[in-house]
Amino acid sequence: MARMKFLCDAERCIECNGCVTACKQEHEIPWGVNRRRVVTINDGKPGERSVSMACMHCTDAPCQAVCPVNAFYTTADGVVLHSKDICIGCGYCFYACPFGAPQYPRVGNFSSRGKMDKCTFCAGGPEKDMSDAEFKKYGRNRLAEGKLPACAEMCSTKALLGGDGDVLADIYRERVVSRGKGGEVWGWATAYKRPDAPQTPQAPPVPKGKS
Amino acid sequence: MIRGIAMPCAALAMAALAACGERPQVIEYRQGTYQGKPDTPAYSNPPFNGNKAEWDRAMATRAQNQNEYKRTR
Repeated sequence: MARMKFLCDAERCIECNGCVTACKQEHEIPWGVNRRRVVTINDGKPGERSVSMACMHCTDAPCQAVCPVNAFYTTADGVVLHSKDICIGCGYCFYACPFGAPQYPRVGNFSSRGKMDKCTFCAGGPEKDMSDAEFKKYGRNRLAEGKLPACAEMCSTKALLGGDGDVLADIYRERVVSRGKGGEVWGWATAYKRPDAPQTPQAPPVPKGKS
Repeated sequence: MIRGIAMPCAALAMAALAACGERPQVIEYRQGTYQGKPDTPAYSNPPFNGNKAEWDRAMATRAQNQNEYKRTR
């Protein structure tokens, strides 16, 4: 059984916001709602890192635990979804979520908020798959079309990976092993170095007796 | 005299152990309490028509498209 997850490689993310745009375009998300965002740490300084953030589809989702009307459910593939017919827009899930994933569209004056909206892992919601009702409420159901989330598939540097957690772990492990040591290094080599690329020349060893 | 000492000692012991009687305040979440409409699996409609194995294969193929080491070698 697949366990759908996102994985963002901070060494590769270039803060292009392509994932954000892909998500908004794919689901025709209204103004003011961002199901996915790119967060940058140490912006403009050497060693800055960017991470694309959305719903992490938690195994023990806090949003699901605090929802007073039990609007959330987890699919067999580990995707956390909710019913907009049940949601009352109370905002508890927003307070509970450590990633700020739940979003609320403004539906009227004085900032009155509507039903919660969040990343669906492109899996739609509790409406007939690929129907107009599903698209209007939850967005496109790419999983039902045999596709992975648009944000991950559109990522130009393949920093954002989406799919079965075990498969993603294998891809990421191969990537980390191939590009060699990272962390203290910053830039192209850390993110992309191919296994057949020449190794960085090492400093010659210092002869004994000399300092 | 003994009662005079015992009472403050008992009060002190009660105060020291007060936190030990606290109950966990995190709510207990019960799986499967969803109140909304049921959802169908992603593979239940065309083009997969309920063929989970085919859908799994499609997902695995799509996932490997994200591995550029496989694509460039």
